[in-house]
Amino acid sequence: MSDKILIVAEHDGTKLNVSTAKCVSCARAVSGAEIAVLVCAVDAAAVAAQAAQLTGVTRVLALDNPANVHALAAVIAPQVVAVSGPYNLILGPSTTFGKDVMARVAGLLDAPQVSDIMALESATRFRRPIYAGNAILTVEADGAPKVVGTVRTASFEATPPGGAAPLEKVAVDVPLPTHTRFISVSAAKTDRPDLQTAARVISGGRALGSADGFKILYSLADKLGAAVGASRAAVDAGYAPNEMQVGQTGKIIAPELYMAIGISGAIQHLTGIKDARTIVAINKDGEAPIFEVADIGLVGDLFQIVPEIERLIG
Amino acid sequence: MKRILVGIKRVVDYNVRIRVKPDGTGVITDGVKMSINPFDEIALEEALRIKERGGAAEVVVATVGPADCQQQLRSALAMGADRALHVQADGVIEPLVAARALLKLAEREQPLLVILGKQAIDDDNGQTGQMLAALWNRPQATYASKIELGETSARVTREVDAGLETLEVDLPAVITTDLRLNEPRYVKLPDIMKAKKKPLETLTLSALGVEPRQRLKLLRFEPPPQRQKGIKVKDAAELVEALKKKGVL
Repeated sequence: MSDKILIVAEHDGTKLNVSTAKCVSCARAVSGAEIAVLVCAVDAAAVAAQAAQLTGVTRVLALDNPANVHALAAVIAPQVVAVSGPYNLILGPSTTFGKDVMARVAGLLDAPQVSDIMALESATRFRRPIYAGNAILTVEADGAPKVVGTVRTASFEATPPGGAAPLEKVAVDVPLPTHTRFISVSAAKTDRPDLQTAARVISGGRALGSADGFKILYSLADKLGAAVGASRAAVDAGYAPNEMQVGQTGKIIAPELYMAIGISGAIQHLTGIKDARTIVAINKDGEAPIFEVADIGLVGDLFQIVPEIERLIG
Repeated sequence: MKRILVGIKRVVDYNVRIRVKPDGTGVITDGVKMSINPFDEIALEEALRIKERGGAAEVVVATVGPADCQQQLRSALAMGADRALHVQADGVIEPLVAARALLKLAEREQPLLVILGKQAIDDDNGQTGQMLAALWNRPQATYASKIELGETSARVTREVDAGLETLEVDLPAVITTDLRLNEPRYVKLPDIMKAKKKPLETLTLSALGVEPRQRLKLLRFEPPPQRQKGIKVKDAAELVEALKKKGVL
Protein backbone atom coordinates (compact mmCIF):
# COMPACT_ATOMS: atom_id res chain seq x y z
CA MET A 1 0.00 0.00 0.00
CA SER A 2 1.44 3.32 -0.94
CA ASP A 3 1.85 6.09 1.60
CA LYS A 4 -0.59 8.94 1.75
CA ILE A 5 0.77 12.20 3.09
CA LEU A 6 -1.31 15.23 4.04
CA ILE A 7 0.38 18.63 4.31
CA VAL A 8 -1.31 21.45 6.21
CA ALA A 9 -0.66 24.63 4.22
CA GLU A 10 0.53 27.82 5.89
CA HIS A 11 -0.71 31.01 4.26
CA ASP A 12 -1.94 34.52 5.01
CA GLY A 13 -5.28 34.23 3.23
CA THR A 14 -3.97 35.20 -0.18
CA LYS A 15 -0.44 33.88 -0.48
CA LEU A 16 0.97 30.45 0.23
CA ASN A 17 3.92 30.55 2.64
CA VAL A 18 7.14 29.06 1.23
CA SER A 19 7.25 26.76 4.27
CA THR A 20 4.56 24.67 2.54
CA ALA A 21 6.78 24.08 -0.52
CA LYS A 22 9.50 22.92 1.86
CA CYS A 23 7.10 20.44 3.49
CA VAL A 24 6.35 19.11 0.00
CA SER A 25 10.10 18.58 -0.58
CA CYS A 26 10.25 16.65 2.67
CA ALA A 27 7.26 14.50 1.67
CA ARG A 28 8.75 13.78 -1.77
CA ALA A 29 11.50 11.80 -0.02
CA VAL A 30 8.90 9.02 0.34
CA SER A 31 8.88 7.41 -3.08
CA GLY A 32 5.51 6.78 -4.65
CA ALA A 33 3.62 8.64 -1.95
CA GLU A 34 0.42 10.51 -2.63
CA ILE A 35 0.95 14.09 -1.45
CA ALA A 36 -2.14 16.16 -0.69
CA VAL A 37 -2.06 19.77 0.48
CA LEU A 38 -4.91 21.02 2.67
CA VAL A 39 -5.72 24.73 2.53
CA CYS A 40 -8.01 25.91 5.35
CA ALA A 41 -9.15 29.47 4.62
CA VAL A 42 -12.22 31.68 4.37
CA ASP A 43 -11.92 31.39 0.59
CA ALA A 44 -9.19 28.90 -0.19
CA ALA A 45 -9.26 29.12 -4.01
CA ALA A 46 -6.32 31.49 -4.58
CA VAL A 47 -3.97 29.78 -2.14
CA ALA A 48 -5.06 26.34 -3.30
CA ALA A 49 -4.20 27.29 -6.89
CA GLN A 50 -0.67 28.17 -5.76
CA ALA A 51 -0.34 24.87 -3.90
CA ALA A 52 -1.50 22.98 -7.01
CA GLN A 53 1.54 24.27 -8.90
CA LEU A 54 4.06 22.77 -6.50
CA THR A 55 5.95 19.90 -8.11
CA GLY A 56 5.14 16.60 -6.43
CA VAL A 57 1.72 17.55 -5.10
CA THR A 58 -0.91 15.06 -6.28
CA ARG A 59 -4.04 16.84 -5.07
CA VAL A 60 -5.09 19.99 -3.26
CA LEU A 61 -7.96 20.11 -0.82
CA ALA A 62 -9.61 23.53 -0.47
CA LEU A 63 -11.58 23.90 2.74
CA ASP A 64 -13.62 27.11 2.96
CA ASN A 65 -14.95 28.23 6.32
CA PRO A 66 -15.55 31.75 7.69
CA ALA A 67 -14.02 30.55 11.00
CA ASN A 68 -10.64 30.34 9.25
CA VAL A 69 -10.28 34.13 9.05
CA HIS A 70 -7.42 33.85 11.56
CA ALA A 71 -5.28 30.74 11.76
CA LEU A 72 -6.21 29.66 15.28
CA ALA A 73 -4.85 26.23 16.19
CA ALA A 74 -7.99 25.30 18.12
CA VAL A 75 -10.08 26.02 15.01
CA ILE A 76 -7.78 24.61 12.32
CA ALA A 77 -6.89 21.38 14.12
CA PRO A 78 -10.38 19.78 14.15
CA GLN A 79 -10.71 20.49 10.41
CA VAL A 80 -7.37 18.82 9.71
CA VAL A 81 -8.48 15.83 11.76
CA ALA A 82 -11.77 15.67 9.86
CA VAL A 83 -10.03 15.26 6.48
CA SER A 84 -7.12 13.15 7.76
CA GLY A 85 -8.91 9.78 7.46
CA PRO A 86 -7.05 8.30 4.46
CA TYR A 87 -3.62 9.70 5.36
CA ASN A 88 -0.91 7.93 7.35
CA LEU A 89 1.50 10.89 7.65
CA ILE A 90 0.32 14.41 8.39
CA LEU A 91 2.90 17.17 8.06
CA GLY A 92 3.07 20.88 8.76
CA PRO A 93 5.97 23.32 8.85
CA SER A 94 8.00 23.80 12.00
CA THR A 95 7.04 27.48 12.12
CA THR A 96 5.08 29.04 14.98
CA PHE A 97 1.92 28.33 12.95
CA GLY A 98 2.77 24.68 12.31
CA LYS A 99 4.13 23.92 15.76
CA ASP A 100 0.97 25.36 17.34
CA VAL A 101 -1.46 23.49 15.06
CA MET A 102 0.22 20.13 14.47
CA ALA A 103 0.67 19.12 18.11
CA ARG A 104 -3.01 19.89 18.66
CA VAL A 105 -3.81 17.69 15.66
CA ALA A 106 -1.64 14.92 17.13
CA GLY A 107 -3.44 15.27 20.46
CA LEU A 108 -6.86 15.00 18.82
CA LEU A 109 -5.76 12.02 16.71
CA ASP A 110 -3.97 10.28 19.58
CA ALA A 111 -1.03 10.06 17.17
CA PRO A 112 2.68 10.34 17.97
CA GLN A 113 4.38 13.47 16.65
CA VAL A 114 7.89 13.84 15.28
CA SER A 115 9.00 17.47 15.63
CA ASP A 116 11.53 19.29 13.43
CA ILE A 117 12.05 16.58 10.81
CA MET A 118 15.38 17.29 9.09
CA ALA A 119 15.43 14.15 6.96
CA LEU A 120 12.85 11.56 6.11
CA GLU A 121 14.17 8.07 5.49
CA SER A 122 10.71 6.56 4.99
CA ALA A 123 7.15 7.45 5.96
CA THR A 124 7.88 6.05 9.42
CA ARG A 125 11.59 6.81 9.93
CA PHE A 126 12.85 10.32 10.58
CA ARG A 127 15.93 12.23 11.65
CA ARG A 128 15.60 15.24 13.92
CA PRO A 129 17.81 17.49 16.04
CA ILE A 130 17.56 17.39 19.83
CA TYR A 131 19.39 19.26 22.62
CA ALA A 132 19.48 22.45 20.52
CA GLY A 133 21.08 20.58 17.66
CA ASN A 134 23.82 19.01 19.78
CA ALA A 135 22.60 15.55 18.85
CA ILE A 136 20.74 14.08 15.91
CA LEU A 137 18.16 11.43 16.71
CA THR A 138 16.75 8.85 14.31
CA VAL A 139 13.26 7.70 15.32
CA GLU A 140 10.98 5.04 13.93
CA ALA A 141 7.21 5.20 14.37
CA ASP A 142 6.36 1.81 15.74
CA GLY A 143 3.05 0.63 14.32
CA ALA A 144 0.99 3.80 14.89
CA PRO A 145 -1.66 4.06 12.14
CA LYS A 146 -1.02 7.79 11.81
CA VAL A 147 2.06 9.87 12.48
CA VAL A 148 2.12 13.67 12.73
CA GLY A 149 5.26 15.64 11.94
CA THR A 150 6.60 19.16 11.75
CA VAL A 151 9.19 19.86 9.07
CA ARG A 152 12.35 21.79 9.90
CA THR A 153 12.11 24.18 6.98
CA ALA A 154 15.82 25.11 6.98
CA SER A 155 16.64 21.50 6.06
CA PHE A 156 14.73 21.51 2.76
CA GLU A 157 14.73 23.50 -0.46
CA ALA A 158 11.30 24.64 -1.59
CA THR A 159 9.88 22.27 -4.20
CA PRO A 160 9.78 24.17 -7.50
CA PRO A 161 6.59 25.14 -9.31
CA GLY A 162 5.67 23.28 -12.48
CA GLY A 163 2.96 20.93 -11.25
CA ALA A 164 -0.75 20.99 -11.96
CA ALA A 165 -2.46 18.99 -9.25
CA PRO A 166 -6.24 18.66 -9.29
CA LEU A 167 -8.17 20.92 -6.93
CA GLU A 168 -10.91 19.53 -4.81
CA LYS A 169 -13.33 21.45 -2.61
CA VAL A 170 -13.92 19.73 0.70
CA ALA A 171 -16.46 20.47 3.40
CA VAL A 172 -16.33 19.09 6.90
CA ASP A 173 -19.05 18.90 9.49
CA VAL A 174 -17.28 19.30 12.81
CA PRO A 175 -18.04 21.64 15.69
CA LEU A 176 -15.43 24.42 15.85
CA PRO A 177 -14.70 26.01 19.22
CA THR A 178 -15.35 29.68 19.98
CA HIS A 179 -13.30 29.66 23.18
CA THR A 180 -10.29 31.20 21.44
CA ARG A 181 -10.56 34.64 19.83
CA PHE A 182 -8.10 36.62 17.75
CA ILE A 183 -7.55 40.16 19.04
CA SER A 184 -4.64 41.62 17.11
CA VAL A 185 -1.26 41.09 15.53
CA SER A 186 1.49 43.66 15.47
CA ALA A 187 4.39 43.39 13.14
CA ALA A 188 6.77 46.06 12.01
CA LYS A 189 6.29 46.70 8.30
CA THR A 190 9.50 46.23 6.41
CA ASP A 191 10.52 46.38 2.77
CA ARG A 192 13.45 44.08 3.44
CA PRO A 193 13.34 40.41 2.43
CA ASP A 194 11.67 37.93 4.77
CA LEU A 195 14.15 36.68 7.36
CA GLN A 196 13.11 33.06 6.92
CA THR A 197 13.61 32.93 3.17
CA ALA A 198 16.23 35.60 2.47
CA ALA A 199 19.36 34.48 0.61
CA ARG A 200 21.42 36.90 2.69
CA VAL A 201 20.97 37.67 6.38
CA ILE A 202 22.86 40.13 8.56
CA SER A 203 22.37 39.65 12.29
CA GLY A 204 23.38 41.80 15.19
CA GLY A 205 24.09 41.01 18.82
CA ARG A 206 24.35 42.84 22.07
CA ALA A 207 27.58 44.50 20.95
CA LEU A 208 25.49 46.82 18.73
CA GLY A 209 24.71 48.57 22.01
CA SER A 210 21.30 50.04 21.17
CA ALA A 211 18.43 50.03 18.68
CA ASP A 212 20.25 52.95 17.10
CA GLY A 213 23.38 50.85 16.75
CA PHE A 214 21.44 48.47 14.51
CA LYS A 215 21.16 51.23 11.90
CA ILE A 216 24.55 50.35 10.43
CA LEU A 217 23.27 46.81 9.86
CA TYR A 218 20.07 48.02 8.18
CA SER A 219 22.15 50.21 5.93
CA LEU A 220 24.47 47.37 4.89
CA ALA A 221 21.50 45.01 4.55
CA ASP A 222 19.78 47.36 2.13
CA LYS A 223 22.89 47.52 0.02
CA LEU A 224 23.11 43.71 -0.08
CA GLY A 225 19.38 43.05 -0.39
CA ALA A 226 19.63 41.19 2.89
CA ALA A 227 17.24 40.54 5.76
CA VAL A 228 18.23 41.62 9.26
CA GLY A 229 18.21 39.27 12.24
CA ALA A 230 19.24 39.51 15.87
CA SER A 231 20.54 37.37 18.69
CA ARG A 232 18.41 36.66 21.72
CA ALA A 233 20.57 39.01 23.79
CA ALA A 234 19.87 41.88 21.37
CA VAL A 235 16.12 41.18 21.40
CA ASP A 236 16.06 40.86 25.20
CA ALA A 237 17.86 44.20 25.44
CA GLY A 238 15.21 45.81 23.23
CA TYR A 239 17.54 46.59 20.33
CA ALA A 240 15.39 44.58 17.90
CA PRO A 241 11.82 43.16 17.88
CA ASN A 242 11.16 39.50 18.70
CA GLU A 243 10.35 38.50 15.12
CA MET A 244 13.98 39.20 14.24
CA GLN A 245 15.37 36.63 16.69
CA VAL A 246 17.46 33.87 15.14
CA GLY A 247 18.18 30.69 17.09
CA GLN A 248 16.70 27.72 18.90
CA THR A 249 13.72 29.68 20.17
CA GLY A 250 13.61 32.16 17.31
CA LYS A 251 13.87 31.47 13.62
CA ILE A 252 15.92 28.61 12.17
CA ILE A 253 17.30 29.81 8.87
CA ALA A 254 19.49 28.58 6.00
CA PRO A 255 20.61 31.58 3.91
CA GLU A 256 23.42 31.55 1.35
CA LEU A 257 25.24 34.18 3.39
CA TYR A 258 24.92 34.79 7.12
CA MET A 259 26.84 37.62 8.72
CA ALA A 260 26.97 37.53 12.52
CA ILE A 261 27.94 40.99 13.72
CA GLY A 262 28.81 41.40 17.38
CA ILE A 263 27.27 38.02 18.22
CA SER A 264 29.27 35.80 20.56
CA GLY A 265 27.59 32.63 19.30
CA ALA A 266 25.77 30.88 22.13
CA ILE A 267 24.86 27.31 21.18
CA GLN A 268 21.18 28.35 21.05
CA HIS A 269 22.06 30.90 18.38
CA LEU A 270 24.29 28.54 16.40
CA THR A 271 21.51 25.98 16.16
CA GLY A 272 19.51 28.53 14.18
CA ILE A 273 22.20 29.18 11.55
CA LYS A 274 24.15 26.00 11.05
CA ASP A 275 22.55 25.29 7.69
CA ALA A 276 23.74 28.63 6.29
CA ARG A 277 26.01 28.14 3.27
CA THR A 278 28.62 30.75 4.30
CA ILE A 279 28.90 32.17 7.80
CA VAL A 280 30.83 35.38 8.41
CA ALA A 281 31.64 36.48 11.96
CA ILE A 282 32.75 39.94 13.01
CA ASN A 283 33.51 40.30 16.70
CA LYS A 284 36.04 42.12 18.81
CA ASP A 285 36.57 39.01 20.97
CA GLY A 286 38.74 36.58 19.00
CA GLU A 287 37.82 33.79 21.42
CA ALA A 288 34.06 34.10 20.81
CA PRO A 289 32.47 30.71 19.98
CA ILE A 290 30.98 32.15 16.78
CA PHE A 291 34.46 31.84 15.21
CA GLU A 292 34.29 28.04 15.64
CA VAL A 293 31.53 27.82 13.05
CA ALA A 294 32.43 30.81 10.88
CA ASP A 295 33.77 30.23 7.37
CA ILE A 296 35.29 33.70 7.44
CA GLY A 297 36.15 35.45 10.69
CA LEU A 298 37.26 38.99 11.31
CA VAL A 299 38.32 40.19 14.75
CA GLY A 300 37.83 43.90 15.20
CA ASP A 301 35.56 46.84 15.91
CA LEU A 302 32.25 46.29 14.15
CA PHE A 303 31.44 50.02 14.18
CA GLN A 304 34.44 50.58 11.88
CA ILE A 305 34.26 47.37 9.88
CA VAL A 306 30.57 47.36 8.92
CA PRO A 307 30.51 50.85 7.32
CA GLU A 308 33.77 50.01 5.58
CA ILE A 309 32.29 46.84 4.06
CA GLU A 310 29.36 48.91 2.85
CA ARG A 311 31.75 51.40 1.23
CA LEU A 312 33.87 48.63 -0.35
CA ILE A 313 30.94 46.90 -2.03
CA GLY A 314 29.85 50.27 -3.38
CA MET B 1 -10.26 27.63 44.83
CA LYS B 2 -8.56 29.57 42.06
CA ARG B 3 -5.65 27.38 41.19
CA ILE B 4 -2.85 27.30 38.64
CA LEU B 5 -1.28 24.02 37.62
CA VAL B 6 2.30 24.24 36.35
CA GLY B 7 3.93 21.39 34.45
CA ILE B 8 7.69 21.03 34.85
CA LYS B 9 10.30 18.65 33.46
CA ARG B 10 13.68 17.59 34.82
CA VAL B 11 16.29 18.13 32.09
CA VAL B 12 20.05 18.32 31.65
CA ASP B 13 21.04 21.79 32.80
CA TYR B 14 21.16 24.55 30.21
CA ASN B 15 24.90 25.09 30.70
CA VAL B 16 26.01 21.47 30.28
CA ARG B 17 27.86 20.66 27.06
CA ILE B 18 25.92 17.77 25.54
CA ARG B 19 27.88 14.71 24.42
CA VAL B 20 26.47 11.72 22.58
CA LYS B 21 27.37 8.29 23.98
CA PRO B 22 29.92 6.52 21.76
CA ASP B 23 27.51 3.59 21.23
CA GLY B 24 24.77 5.93 19.94
CA THR B 25 22.17 4.89 22.52
CA GLY B 26 21.68 8.34 24.05
CA VAL B 27 23.46 11.35 25.42
CA ILE B 28 25.67 11.25 28.49
CA THR B 29 23.65 12.12 31.59
CA ASP B 30 25.68 10.33 34.30
CA GLY B 31 27.05 12.83 36.80
CA VAL B 32 25.59 15.71 34.81
CA LYS B 33 23.81 18.61 36.52
CA MET B 34 20.03 18.41 36.17
CA SER B 35 17.59 21.32 36.48
CA ILE B 36 14.03 22.41 35.89
CA ASN B 37 13.54 22.99 32.16
CA PRO B 38 14.13 26.78 31.81
CA PHE B 39 10.84 27.38 29.98
CA ASP B 40 9.00 25.57 32.80
CA GLU B 41 10.77 27.74 35.35
CA ILE B 42 9.35 30.75 33.50
CA ALA B 43 5.91 29.07 33.66
CA LEU B 44 6.22 28.65 37.41
CA GLU B 45 7.44 32.22 37.88
CA GLU B 46 4.42 33.51 35.97
CA ALA B 47 2.03 31.43 38.08
CA LEU B 48 3.64 32.76 41.25
CA ARG B 49 3.35 36.35 40.04
CA ILE B 50 -0.32 35.85 39.20
CA LYS B 51 -0.87 34.47 42.69
CA GLU B 52 1.05 37.35 44.28
CA ARG B 53 -1.19 39.81 42.40
CA GLY B 54 -4.25 38.04 43.82
CA GLY B 55 -5.21 36.30 40.57
CA ALA B 56 -4.93 32.84 42.07
CA ALA B 57 -4.94 31.29 45.51
CA GLU B 58 -2.77 28.26 44.94
CA VAL B 59 0.04 27.17 42.64
CA VAL B 60 0.42 23.42 42.16
CA VAL B 61 3.46 22.08 40.36
CA ALA B 62 3.47 18.68 38.66
CA THR B 63 5.89 16.45 36.81
CA VAL B 64 5.90 13.03 35.19
CA GLY B 65 9.12 11.07 35.52
CA PRO B 66 11.41 8.93 37.65
CA ALA B 67 12.07 9.31 41.40
CA ASP B 68 14.91 11.80 40.84
CA CYS B 69 12.38 14.36 39.57
CA GLN B 70 11.48 15.08 43.18
CA GLN B 71 14.64 17.23 43.37
CA GLN B 72 13.16 19.56 40.76
CA LEU B 73 9.75 19.50 42.47
CA ARG B 74 11.49 20.57 45.71
CA SER B 75 13.22 23.38 43.78
CA ALA B 76 9.82 24.45 42.49
CA LEU B 77 8.40 24.40 46.02
CA ALA B 78 11.37 26.49 47.14
CA MET B 79 10.58 29.01 44.39
CA GLY B 80 7.12 29.33 45.92
CA ALA B 81 4.77 26.63 44.63
CA ASP B 82 2.31 25.54 47.35
CA ARG B 83 2.35 21.82 46.68
CA ALA B 84 3.74 19.29 44.27
CA LEU B 85 2.44 16.27 42.40
CA HIS B 86 4.86 13.62 41.21
CA VAL B 87 3.56 11.15 38.68
CA GLN B 88 6.10 8.37 38.96
CA ALA B 89 7.13 6.91 35.61
CA ASP B 90 10.32 5.38 34.27
CA GLY B 91 11.75 5.13 30.78
CA VAL B 92 10.88 7.29 27.82
CA ILE B 93 7.81 9.43 28.46
CA GLU B 94 6.37 10.64 25.18
CA PRO B 95 4.57 13.99 25.09
CA LEU B 96 1.17 12.30 24.64
CA VAL B 97 1.70 10.29 27.82
CA ALA B 98 2.75 13.40 29.73
CA ALA B 99 -0.27 15.26 28.33
CA ARG B 100 -2.62 12.44 29.36
CA ALA B 101 -1.20 12.44 32.88
CA LEU B 102 -1.53 16.24 33.08
CA LEU B 103 -5.12 15.92 31.82
CA LYS B 104 -5.94 13.60 34.74
CA LEU B 105 -4.35 16.07 37.14
CA ALA B 106 -6.23 18.98 35.54
CA GLU B 107 -9.53 17.09 35.91
CA ARG B 108 -8.72 16.47 39.55
CA GLU B 109 -7.36 19.91 40.44
CA GLN B 110 -9.72 22.01 38.27
CA PRO B 111 -7.20 24.79 37.64
CA LEU B 112 -8.14 28.00 35.84
CA LEU B 113 -4.83 27.86 34.01
CA VAL B 114 -2.30 25.21 33.19
CA ILE B 115 1.03 26.85 32.37
CA LEU B 116 4.03 25.01 31.03
CA GLY B 117 7.12 25.70 28.96
CA LYS B 118 6.79 25.86 25.18
CA GLN B 119 9.36 23.10 24.85
CA ALA B 120 11.84 21.12 26.91
CA ILE B 121 15.47 21.80 26.08
CA ASP B 122 16.35 18.09 25.97
CA ASP B 123 14.10 16.54 23.34
CA ASP B 124 12.96 19.92 21.92
CA ASN B 125 9.56 18.41 21.08
CA GLY B 126 7.30 21.36 21.92
CA GLN B 127 4.14 19.25 21.98
CA THR B 128 2.85 18.65 25.49
CA GLY B 129 0.92 21.89 26.01
CA GLN B 130 -0.95 21.70 22.72
CA MET B 131 -1.70 18.01 23.25
CA LEU B 132 -3.08 18.68 26.72
CA ALA B 133 -5.27 21.48 25.35
CA ALA B 134 -6.55 19.14 22.62
CA LEU B 135 -7.33 16.28 25.02
CA TRP B 136 -8.92 18.68 27.52
CA ASN B 137 -10.88 20.38 24.74
CA ARG B 138 -9.74 23.78 26.02
CA PRO B 139 -8.01 26.79 24.44
CA GLN B 140 -4.26 26.94 23.96
CA ALA B 141 -2.09 30.03 23.85
CA THR B 142 1.45 28.99 22.97
CA TYR B 143 4.69 31.05 23.06
CA ALA B 144 3.31 33.57 25.57
CA SER B 145 5.25 36.77 26.24
CA LYS B 146 2.48 38.46 28.24
CA ILE B 147 -0.52 37.16 30.20
CA GLU B 148 -3.38 39.35 31.42
CA LEU B 149 -5.75 37.28 33.50
CA GLY B 150 -9.41 38.30 33.75
CA GLU B 151 -12.30 36.66 35.60
CA THR B 152 -13.47 34.34 32.85
CA SER B 153 -10.85 34.81 30.17
CA ALA B 154 -7.21 35.70 29.64
CA ARG B 155 -5.49 37.87 27.09
CA VAL B 156 -2.26 36.34 25.96
CA THR B 157 0.36 37.98 23.76
CA ARG B 158 2.25 35.40 21.72
CA GLU B 159 5.63 35.59 20.02
CA VAL B 160 4.89 34.37 16.50
CA ASP B 161 6.93 34.47 13.29
CA ALA B 162 5.13 37.61 12.12
CA GLY B 163 5.59 39.53 15.37
CA LEU B 164 3.30 39.68 18.39
CA GLU B 165 -0.19 38.19 18.29
CA THR B 166 -2.79 38.70 21.00
CA LEU B 167 -5.49 36.11 21.66
CA GLU B 168 -8.35 36.03 24.11
CA VAL B 169 -8.96 32.61 25.59
CA ASP B 170 -11.78 31.44 27.83
CA LEU B 171 -10.77 29.84 31.12
CA PRO B 172 -9.68 27.25 31.85
CA ALA B 173 -6.91 27.37 29.29
CA VAL B 174 -3.46 26.02 28.59
CA ILE B 175 -0.63 28.52 28.16
CA THR B 176 2.93 27.73 27.09
CA THR B 177 5.69 30.19 27.85
CA ASP B 178 8.31 31.88 25.75
CA LEU B 179 11.57 33.36 26.99
CA ARG B 180 10.55 36.95 27.44
CA LEU B 181 7.50 36.35 29.64
CA ASN B 182 9.50 36.99 32.79
CA GLU B 183 12.81 36.38 34.55
CA PRO B 184 12.48 33.68 37.19
CA ARG B 185 13.43 34.60 40.75
CA TYR B 186 16.40 33.20 42.61
CA VAL B 187 15.66 30.83 45.44
CA LYS B 188 16.76 31.90 48.92
CA LEU B 189 18.14 29.46 51.47
CA PRO B 190 15.26 29.80 54.02
CA ASP B 191 12.84 28.96 51.19
CA ILE B 192 14.74 25.74 50.49
CA MET B 193 14.27 24.80 54.16
CA LYS B 194 10.58 25.69 54.05
CA ALA B 195 10.10 23.70 50.86
CA LYS B 196 11.03 20.50 52.68
CA LYS B 197 7.83 20.77 54.70
CA LYS B 198 5.52 21.50 51.78
CA PRO B 199 3.29 18.65 50.56
CA LEU B 200 4.60 16.45 47.75
CA GLU B 201 2.20 13.75 46.63
CA THR B 202 3.40 10.75 44.67
CA LEU B 203 1.10 9.16 42.11
CA THR B 204 1.60 6.60 39.38
CA LEU B 205 0.58 6.51 35.74
CA SER B 206 -1.43 3.34 36.33
CA ALA B 207 -3.28 4.88 39.30
CA LEU B 208 -4.23 7.74 36.96
CA GLY B 209 -5.30 5.25 34.30
CA VAL B 210 -2.67 6.39 31.80
CA GLU B 211 -0.94 3.78 29.68
CA PRO B 212 2.83 4.37 29.35
CA ARG B 213 2.92 3.83 25.59
CA GLN B 214 6.10 4.41 23.62
CA ARG B 215 5.32 4.62 19.93
CA LEU B 216 8.50 6.22 18.63
CA LYS B 217 11.51 3.92 18.80
CA LEU B 218 14.73 5.84 19.43
CA LEU B 219 17.00 4.10 16.94
CA ARG B 220 20.22 6.08 17.01
CA PHE B 221 21.79 9.19 18.54
CA GLU B 222 24.61 10.87 16.62
CA PRO B 223 26.71 13.97 17.12
CA PRO B 224 25.84 16.69 14.59
CA PRO B 225 28.04 17.09 11.52
CA GLN B 226 30.82 19.61 12.15
CA ARG B 227 31.38 22.58 9.88
CA GLN B 228 34.78 22.77 8.24
CA LYS B 229 37.23 25.08 9.92
CA GLY B 230 37.08 28.53 8.37
CA ILE B 231 39.65 31.24 7.72
CA LYS B 232 40.45 34.47 9.52
CA VAL B 233 40.88 37.69 7.57
CA LYS B 234 42.57 40.83 8.84
CA ASP B 235 40.32 43.64 7.64
CA ALA B 236 37.16 44.59 5.77
CA ALA B 237 38.92 44.62 2.40
CA GLU B 238 40.12 41.03 2.82
CA LEU B 239 36.65 40.02 3.97
CA VAL B 240 34.98 41.47 0.90
CA GLU B 241 37.65 39.84 -1.29
CA ALA B 242 37.05 36.44 0.37
CA LEU B 243 33.28 36.75 -0.10
CA LYS B 244 33.74 37.59 -3.77
CA LYS B 245 36.03 34.59 -4.22
CA LYS B 246 33.36 32.36 -2.68
CA GLY B 247 30.85 33.82 -5.10
CA VAL B 248 28.47 35.05 -2.42
CA LEU B 249 28.92 38.74 -3.20
